[in-house]
Formats: sequence, C-alpha cells, structure tokens
Amino acid sequence: MKEKLVLIGNGMAGVRALEELFKHNTSSDKGSDLYDITVIGAEPHPNYNRIMLSPVLAGEQTINDIILNTSEWYEENGIELVTGDPAIEISRIQKSVITESGKNIHYDRLLIATGSTPFIIPVPGADKEGVLGFRDIHDVQTMVKASREYKKAVVIGGGLLGLEAANGLMKQGMDVTVVHLLDSLMERQLDKPASALLKASLETRGMKFLMEASTAEIVGDKRVSSVKFADGSEVEADLVVMAVGIRPDIELAQKAGIHCQRGIVVNDTMQTFDPLIYAVGECVQHRNECYGLVAPLFEQARVAANHLAQVGSTRYIGSMTSTKLKVTGIDLFSAGEFNEEEGDEVLQMQDVASGVYKKLVLKDNVIKGAVMFGDTMDGTWYFSLMRDATNIADFRRTILFGQHDLGDAGHGEASAVMSLPDDAEICGCNGVSKGNIVQAISKNGIFTLDEVRAHTKASSSCGSCTGLVESILASTVGEGYDATPSKKAVCACTDCSHDEVIDAIKDHELKTMDAVRQFLEWKTPDGCAACRPALNYYLLARWPEEYQDDAQSRFINERAHGNIQKDGTYSVVPRMFGGLVKPNELRAIADVCDKFEVPEMKVTGGQRIDLFGVKKEDLPAMWKDLTDAGFVSGHAYGKAMRTVKTCAGKTWCRFGTQNSTRLGVKLEELTWGSYMQHKFKLAVSGCPRNCAEATIKDFGVVCVDSGYELHIGGNGGIKVRVTDLLCKVETEEEVLEYCAAFTQKYREEAHYLERTAPWVERVGLTYVKECILDDEAERKALAERFKISQKVAQVDPWKERADGQASHEFTPLKIAG
Amino acid sequence: MNMNALKEELDGDSGMDVWTEVVALDQIPQLGSRVIATDTMNIAVFRTASDEVFAMKDECPHKKGPLSQGIVHGTSVTCPLHNWKIDLASGEALGPDEGCTNVFSAKVENGTVYIAFR
Repeated sequence: MKEKLVLIGNGMAGVRALEELFKHNTSSDKGSDLYDITVIGAEPHPNYNRIMLSPVLAGEQTINDIILNTSEWYEENGIELVTGDPAIEISRIQKSVITESGKNIHYDRLLIATGSTPFIIPVPGADKEGVLGFRDIHDVQTMVKASREYKKAVVIGGGLLGLEAANGLMKQGMDVTVVHLLDSLMERQLDKPASALLKASLETRGMKFLMEASTAEIVGDKRVSSVKFADGSEVEADLVVMAVGIRPDIELAQKAGIHCQRGIVVNDTMQTFDPLIYAVGECVQHRNECYGLVAPLFEQARVAANHLAQVGSTRYIGSMTSTKLKVTGIDLFSAGEFNEEEGDEVLQMQDVASGVYKKLVLKDNVIKGAVMFGDTMDGTWYFSLMRDATNIADFRRTILFGQHDLGDAGHGEASAVMSLPDDAEICGCNGVSKGNIVQAISKNGIFTLDEVRAHTKASSSCGSCTGLVESILASTVGEGYDATPSKKAVCACTDCSHDEVIDAIKDHELKTMDAVRQFLEWKTPDGCAACRPALNYYLLARWPEEYQDDAQSRFINERAHGNIQKDGTYSVVPRMFGGLVKPNELRAIADVCDKFEVPEMKVTGGQRIDLFGVKKEDLPAMWKDLTDAGFVSGHAYGKAMRTVKTCAGKTWCRFGTQNSTRLGVKLEELTWGSYMQHKFKLAVSGCPRNCAEATIKDFGVVCVDSGYELHIGGNGGIKVRVTDLLCKVETEEEVLEYCAAFTQKYREEAHYLERTAPWVERVGLTYVKECILDDEAERKALAERFKISQKVAQVDPWKERADGQASHEFTPLKIAG
Repeated sequence: MNMNALKEELDGDSGMDVWTEVVALDQIPQLGSRVIATDTMNIAVFRTASDEVFAMKDECPHKKGPLSQGIVHGTSVTCPLHNWKIDLASGEALGPDEGCTNVFSAKVENGTVYIAFR
C-alpha cells in the first residue's frame, strides 16, 4: 500500500520535487512507486515556467511555449491534479488538506510549495481596476489586454521584475514610466555606475524614469487614471504594475501552526517543524535566507525528493546566486557582495563609449562579488571563481579582460552575447546558432548547461564555446540560470563531486569501483560512460599496486590501445623518445605499413609518425612487428602521458644550451606509460627561443645557460594558455624530480578530464608552488609515489596484446547470414 | 575461431525466428561486447553485469559509429564517437536524441549465446 503525498502549490519548485522523486523509482514505472500523489494548485493551469513570463509579456513567446508539464504528464504519472481550487486549510491532527470547494484530502506526507505573492503597496486606491502585480499568467494576460485598450502604463519598482515588466509593456506598444523609490535602479543587484549605464540604455529605448519618487495615492474613479506622489506631482496612468517585491506565501502554514518567520522555517532536509510536512521554494526560509531564484529552489527540490524517497544522503546547505536581466539586447550580470566594504579591494574597468563596465570586489585575492554591464561573457567564469574561492593573485592583473584574454580560439570577438544576431554560430563543432540555443531553452524549459548540451549539442564536443552557451542560457532564463550549483556532481549517477569521490577513496581506503559506488550511494548499479572511466582512474591513481584496472570502464581508445577514427578503424602511433628515430626503426615502420596496407601515414605535431586506417583485428599483429623492432606504445590514444617534444638541441644548434635533447629523452623515459586525468604533454627547448614550444605544454622545460626553467599548466589546444613559471633549477636530476612531483600532484588531485591548465587555474599557482617548492619533503614524497606508480604502469600494452592478452577484444566472430 | 553457424533451431514462440549459436557467454566480457561479422553487416552482442545479452546492428543511428566499442552500463551503451546513448533492448537513442538501430533477439542457454535472424 503506497503512502499518500500531497503537494500544495502547482509551481516550479513543487513539481520539480516530484520529478526528482520519480527518478528514485526502482521500477521503470511512471510516477512514484512509493506514493500516491495529489497536487493542489490555485491557478487553472498546469505547471509553467514562471521565469519566462517576461518574454511572454514582451510578445517574444506564447503561454504554450512556457508550459513545463502538460496535463498529460500528470495523467501519465498517475498524479491527481486539482486546479483552480486553492487549499484553504491544513489539518495536522487529521492529516488532511481542505480546499476551497470543500475537498478533504488525506496525506501521509505533505509538501508545501506555495511560493510567494507580490507585495502591493498599501496606498489609497491600490484596489482600483488596472492596478496589479506581476506574478502569474493571469497578470500577464491582464497586462496584454490593457495594452490593446490603453496607452499609458506606470510600473512601480525599478528592480529586476519591474524593469522586465516595463520592457514587456513597452514592447506591447505602451508608453511606460518606471517609478523607483531610490536613486538607482536594481540597487540590490547593481552598483551605481552599472545602474546608471542600465538607465541610460533603457532610456534610449524609450523607457521613462521617475527616480526617488514615493507613491502616495492611486487616483481614479473605478479604474486608475493617475498616480500621485508624496511631493504632490502626478503622472497619468491607465495601468499600474506594482513590482516592488515579493513575500513568501506562508498563510496556510501559519494557520496550521507550523513555525514561520519571514518564510516557512525548514531544516537542511527541507522539513518544517512538523517532520511529516516538507516545504520547498520561495515560501521557505532556510538558515535565515529566503530565495526568489530558481537555481536554489531546484536544489531544495532535489533534497526534499531524496528525503521523501528515503535516500537521506543529501542536505541543502544554502545557495550562492547570481543575476541576469532578461531584457533582450542588454547584457548585465551581478553576483555576490558587489558593494565594497572596508578592507575589500576593487578591480574596475570602464569604457563609457562602448558601454562596458566591469567591477570585481576582492578580499584577500578571493572574489566576493561582481557587477558587469555591456560585456557579460565572463560572468559565469567570475562566478565559478567566486564559488570555488579561488585565489586569483596570479592573474589579477589580467582578470578583468576575462578568461577570453587567456586565449579562446574560434570565437572571434563575440563577447556581448545578447547583441549577437540569431544566426550567429555559437558552437563551431556542431554548427549550432544562437537562435537554435535560445529556442531549445524556451521550448524545452531548460535550466542547465547539461540540458542545453543534450538538446542542441552546443558545447558538447570541444567545449570551447561553453562560456558563450552559458551566457546565452543565463540571459535567456535570467535569474533562473542554474549554472553553478553549490557543487557539481560527477554525473547523473551520483550527487557527489569529483573532490568528494577522490577524498572518499583516499580516506576510507575504498579499493574497488563497487566499494566506491556503495559507500557513496551511487544511484546506478554500474555507473555510466561518464563516471566509470573517472572512478577507474581515481582508483588506479590512488592504489597503483593494488587496484585491478577495469578494461570495460575505459573508453575504447584505451581498451584497444589505438585511436578510434570516424570509420571505426584505428590509428597507431609508436613512441619515439624525445622525437629521435633511427634508420632501422623507420624501416620497420615502413615495412609494417606495407604489410598491413596502411592507407595514410602522417608526421604528428608531437614528433612521431601516425599510421591511419588500421583494422582493429590487425592491431595485435602490427604491434608484434613494431615491438620486435623495439617500439613501445606511444599512448597517442590515451588520457595519458603523450610525448616529449624537443628542439634541435645543443649538438647541432648554435644557440643551444644544456643537453636538452638528452633531457627530453630522460623525461620521456621517466613519464611514459603513466595514465592521467587527461592527455599530458611535455617539451624541452634548448634555449629561450623555445623552438619546442615548451611554454604551451603541461610541463615544459626551457634550458638557459645557468640551468633549467620549469613551466607548468600550458595548453595549445582549445584554449591556448601560456604556462606559469614554476621555478628555475640547476641540474637535470632536479628537473626529473620536480617533473615527477608535479605530475603526481596533478594525478592525485585534479578532476578526471581536467587538464593541467584549468587545474592550475582552479587551485591557483600559489598552491602548486607551496606543495612542490616550499615543502621539500612533500616534493620528494610525491616524486617517490610517482615512481611506485610507474613501476606498474611502464608495461607496454602493445607487447602484452601482441603476446595474446585480451584477444577477444580484437577478434571478430564470423557467421554466414 | 570458436564459432559456427551449424546449430539452428526454431523459436517456439513466433515460429519465425531462426536461432543461431554465436558464442559462449564467457567469451564476452561482462559490461562488454563482441562483434559478429556476417555477410551483410556487423552485429554487436552485448553482455550486461547481470549476464543478460542483447544484439543489434553495430551501427549508431547518429553517424554509424561502432556501438560494440562503446561503454556498456545498465542496459544501455554509449557510442564511442559522439556519446549517444542507445537502449540495448529497443535499439532506440535515449534522452533528447532521436534514432533507432536494428535489434535482434538474443538469449543464453547453457552458457551459449544465440541470436535470432528472421
């Protein structure tokens, strides 16, 4: 017998909680396998996307576009839906909810998601016809209707909601005046300079403003005719929209004796003081905070659903939020504490002519808040630096120029995303335009980057357009943007972050994938294509001598030890230490190519030779010939150490210092075979001319007359990043030790699929220096752990397979038919 | 090659399927697959963690990637080329992606995998 769950409030937070609850089903049935569910809604509509009311008002979308759950959805999931019949009483003694029409609905568990109500200023005349809030579909319909019959609108409130309402009414052809009590717009999200830019920009569109105006009275007979202010002045108005704020709707809960303050008070599992009654959304007060943005509400919904599904592993610990204004063509972003206090530092950039303003507030080199206007491309970057409390000391000189400044190929000058035309190509890999993305977001009710990736493929290949896509997402759904949940889960199989997984493996000595999944309460029995390779790697990196590598959890390239090509054939790259090669080795490669009819050979950027178009079943035989000639695998297919690039070197080059080529060979001998979170490249240049391009490698060495400069965290791919100088050392032995220590530090701590460049940016160069340079014992211990790991890793996978290992992988079965 | 196409029997249910013995179950890794080359196409045979077997054309509905080379999880496989997720039972793309690959009935009897061809 299922228990009875009743949801009061058919809105975004409550229904999201139900959707999260259904994800916990053990069967593939629709609906919940734990509860019979009734939803009670006051409005006559199914659940719709309240955030999108502004675009509907502006005529950019229709109501149908913003319906999130259709009536069929409720039916399919076996939910009894009561609409247009608000709940009027909760009887905690009888455990039932009574509705206006007299229905008495029993519950075992109750979820309150009554949201909030607009605050109507209690001035005389506030109840006249033509005065309304901006909260639901009904309000929007009333406004649109009024815009057809009347001309003059006054919006009271110059905050986010008020400006969006004013913009919408203006789009509907009305003459709009915004009345604001204070001297700057959106004062809760913007500082004064940004606010002034916003005002100027809206004024050029025809919006009028009355600042520091205190509304005294709404004048009119039956319908409003004007608004009168405290100073005696008056403005004509046929329509007055009050958008001065919202109040958590706690009336029902309060009447039922549930503890409320500003909102309904809940604990970290979203339970009210009556443990049978949960609450989520705008009506809730959690750790003294009330949230009006959608990202926190969704996190709350997830936690409540987990608890209702009796999977009590997650807690809600509050959210950090950021804001975007959904006015087409205006790029604006704000987050955190953007007004500096004593002891804070401010970084600021202002270009009045081009309408760009950026400000970051720092404390001890950590971002506390950000305001941006005109160019918000990097808003999400600043926000993640803020959330991760990254120490920005190392790049604070350039941080205002954005992540873009660190190099971002293929997107030209696109920075003011909202000013781009709809046909502007955003994702160059998959040919997705801005219009495609905006449409997908509104049509499918999308709130997260992952969902955009799933629906449009934008940002799902190389990822270099991620910033642009996030920016579009943020501008489209405005304050609802769920860019940065308080932590990012590894994948949909778990709520744990990469760091939590890495720590659990270490602290609790988890040594198998099953142990990890069990301990961390994975939601799927054997994970997915995203988490399995990550877990396999983390276990391998932590327990090199004990963990048994799981081939089935490796991406095909690392299982077949070749690089899968688009036609299903493989490419083969033999290792050439330091890029050096001998005539007999070249002969052996040529012979192999003849024998196996390799259709194309190419010299790679990593100074070796790529043999393309090899059939999978030919691989072991080909490897046999190559290993007989002395080659080992080049790991050109793996999340692993790839190559060590070298320049001509001192033997031949008249500028060379040190024996750079020999050092390159030594480094490759040290590091080959090592699996990493991502590919890992090295280079050694013989002089500062740097012909081996060592300053865009994960670990680069530039030889100078007095020793060796060690550089880390470079990248020459999607996002070009020049290395940071780690230090200068005097001997080859030191180069090898520092290289081993750095490599191991990265191997132990970075997230799977995170290259050294974003890792160094995330943890900060200072941190890396502290571990490698300042702490000699730690450096030596890291280098030692790397060597232990290498003892196991430096077994040539090609030779093993040439000798018959894993032959099932390479042998197709044949039948006639 | 541990393979022959000699043993064929009629399926009791439909009377139409022709069951062909393809491989011993233990020759397919758990959460892995084997490829069967026929005259007309390659067929991928998958084995799940719970030893269920599934067979389908070794071709992703997206860009014909070899599904046999993907990572198997639960009862789906992720294509190695562009990460489409395909349901092993129905051959349908999961999530917002749309497309379908031909599936064949497959069963295990006495440790041997059979596939039904029509």
